[in-house]
Amino acid sequence: MGKRLTSFVAWVDKRFPLTANWKAHLTEYYAPKNFNFWYYFGSLAMLVMVNQLLTGIFLTMNYKPDAGMAFASVEYIMRDVDFGWLIRYMHSTGASMFFVVVYLHMFRGMMYGSYRKPRELLWLIGSMIFFVLMMMAFTGYILPWGQMSYWGAMVIVSMIGAIPVVGEPLMHLILGDFTLSDAALNRFFAYHVVTLPVLLVTLVVVHVIALHEVGSNNPDGIEIKKNRNPETNIPVDGIPFHPYYTVKDIFGVVVFLIVFCGIMFFAPEMGGYFLEYNNFIPANTLQTPDHIAPVWYFTPYYSMLRAATVNFLWIDAKLWGIILMGGSVAIICLLPWLDRSPVKSIRYKGPYSKIALTLFVISVFVLGWLGTKTPTPLYTTLAQIFTVIYFSFFLLMPWYSKKDKCKKEPKRVS
Amino acid sequence: MKRIKILLFLFCLSPLLVHAGGTEVVLDRAPIKVTDMASLQRGVKTFVNYCLTCHSANFMRYNRLRDLGLSKTQIKENLIFTGQKPGDLMTVSMKTKESQKWLGVTPPDLSVIARSRGADWLYTYLRQFYRDDSTATGWNNLLFDKAAMPHVMYELQGEQRLRIEEVDDGQGGKHDVKKLELSKPGTLTKLEYDMYVADLVNFMVYLGEPAAAQREQIGIIVMLFLFGMLGLTYALKHDFWRDVHG
Amino acid sequence: MEDIDKKNGMTGRRRFLITATSVAGGIASVAWATPFILSMMPSERAKAAGAPVEVDISKLEPGMLLLVEWRGKVVWVLSRTPEMLASLTTLDGKVSDPNSEKEQQPEYAKNQTRSIRPEILVTTGVCTHLGCSPVYRKEIAPADLGQDWLGGFFCPCHGSKFDLAGRVYKNVPAPTNLFVPPHVYLSENILLIGSESKEDA
Repeated sequence: MGKRLTSFVAWVDKRFPLTANWKAHLTEYYAPKNFNFWYYFGSLAMLVMVNQLLTGIFLTMNYKPDAGMAFASVEYIMRDVDFGWLIRYMHSTGASMFFVVVYLHMFRGMMYGSYRKPRELLWLIGSMIFFVLMMMAFTGYILPWGQMSYWGAMVIVSMIGAIPVVGEPLMHLILGDFTLSDAALNRFFAYHVVTLPVLLVTLVVVHVIALHEVGSNNPDGIEIKKNRNPETNIPVDGIPFHPYYTVKDIFGVVVFLIVFCGIMFFAPEMGGYFLEYNNFIPANTLQTPDHIAPVWYFTPYYSMLRAATVNFLWIDAKLWGIILMGGSVAIICLLPWLDRSPVKSIRYKGPYSKIALTLFVISVFVLGWLGTKTPTPLYTTLAQIFTVIYFSFFLLMPWYSKKDKCKKEPKRVS
Repeated sequence: MKRIKILLFLFCLSPLLVHAGGTEVVLDRAPIKVTDMASLQRGVKTFVNYCLTCHSANFMRYNRLRDLGLSKTQIKENLIFTGQKPGDLMTVSMKTKESQKWLGVTPPDLSVIARSRGADWLYTYLRQFYRDDSTATGWNNLLFDKAAMPHVMYELQGEQRLRIEEVDDGQGGKHDVKKLELSKPGTLTKLEYDMYVADLVNFMVYLGEPAAAQREQIGIIVMLFLFGMLGLTYALKHDFWRDVHG
Repeated sequence: MEDIDKKNGMTGRRRFLITATSVAGGIASVAWATPFILSMMPSERAKAAGAPVEVDISKLEPGMLLLVEWRGKVVWVLSRTPEMLASLTTLDGKVSDPNSEKEQQPEYAKNQTRSIRPEILVTTGVCTHLGCSPVYRKEIAPADLGQDWLGGFFCPCHGSKFDLAGRVYKNVPAPTNLFVPPHVYLSENILLIGSESKEDA
């Protein structure tokens, strides 16, 4: 049996770089040995992506992308299709968990300076994945055609209309109609099921290729490739990805699945945060629900959108809101060039950087919480304050990262 | 530093304390138990007799009610009055045009109303109708002001009237408190009517998600299996990583 | 440590853990895949649409063919005259499966007339070759079907021929007799097609 397998593999190897790739990317790809809890989320993100793709395919078998049939087709899946309810919940829980995992994955990068040279391109590719993910979420959420689907999409799409000069015709082009309707639903379905998944998978493959080219960073922020064993040329602080990280990631997957299945089987609505209550009302184009909130993962940006209440320079508040909201996401791309610290990891940075990162995290949570609330004068002021804090984290970084008193980086990982 | 990290982590969990879409209105707690078959069977009878005349449940098939322990014959004989087949959907008797003419609005479909409004809201709503001569139907509702729906079960509950009391708010001022009191008794006592509505709302919760009981059952098996795998995969990981740590 | 200390290597314990985890993982994969595969089975809506159909045959005259839809397919209810019934035995030699040996009908239709009541034939109108719906030709010896034609069904797609009991002629493309669906008489005039149980009405 073993001999048969070996000769089969040899046959393939003459025609396809199977063993070469197996070695280069798994058994002889050396990753730092000090990966901690924060390093699970990359592989978990891939797991959730596969989940979304597979459950998505099966949902597409029964979903109808027509304004008159969409809502009913989702209930059809929930009731009449055997285990349709399970597939639906896997998809809805997966969508929210995708963001949980990706946000934690991004945060790891921010903590340990994984965006620093030579990993700037890796960070940019990751940022693009994040943008595509947000578009996936937006086009996906509209599909059940409930009240939140319709009105949430209406708000976002109206923002495109706010762009000066080109806004209105652009909006009509995107919608395929003068307002949000069946035309938009059908094409957003096409984006959600074909265009964006193809783009997402391609970007993820490119992301892993870019990673393997430079190798992983690690919690200490030191480059393991700089310290190699003179005989074997293997980094002294490196271990082969397979079997050590494959086996560790399998454990991570099980822990994740416990959380995922716990939510999916016992609280799939998550108090109205994963499946919003208003979305169980079919879309009514003539009546907006009292309380519109975007899905939880968009709430921080929504807060910033609403925080802009003043016309400034020649740009009105509405446009400022859009600029702030878009800017808050786009600015993430600039991190590799904003960070002027001599060290990579937060472990060796000084107090300024630690305080700044802490304030950033707090501002994201507060802005997120504010995004779920109706805007009162107090809440609006709070949102404005924390928007300033959020942007200051990035905009002041060239100054405070340079001025900070850093600790000396070790030569070997801890 | 470790203390700060722990505090920060706990702070990050605080969003879990927030409940989405909170209301300022006080709702009574609905005693829901989706495994109580007897309650669900009483509830479906009420639903079919009182609700399906005006409302539809367009996403529910009659034969799914076998979940409640009913046979196909029982369903056909006791619950289908419109000549439909057990495999058919629970559509409404009243036509849309008529409903617009008689009530001003089309009564909403009730298939997933328990998921959008919530059980507590429905339980409170169905018990807070009162006589109000200023409305078209002669009925109003404390929870849903100017509801177009009349009090369908008034014979059971009896008739309530609204009473507005002035109450000291403890800070030197007064404010109005709305109270309902029974002006004409019905065939059921207050407790009996509350239980009657509880059964109906219990059924409507089931109606919103018929697979709920199955979901939880499968969930328990899956969680047990996963915890087993947790131990196994940890042991596997630990064994390999002894190579690394020494 | 400079290098990975591989002195542990493939111990018995390691081999056991790998095997156990693989087996558990295999079980998990099968369990995970099951609901996906099952979701592809006909849904409740499909099953409801495929529910048995009631037919009122009180107005059915001898020689008349009634067409009914069941599960999206054509089903014929044919009232046969005594002459039609008599002609069946003479065709025993001309049909491939005169005694309905092959499982194309329920037990109660495995007889000369392939029916519960001799006069009423209940059969699907779907040619057993490639699925076209044959045409009812009750006339005797028409020009296009020849002198020996005693009435039956002719399929225009590839020329298959069936007699008035739905039995397939020899030397035609269709391999088997017309499929008789499960059916039962609820009363003198009501026929239920698609089920043998009166409960399913």
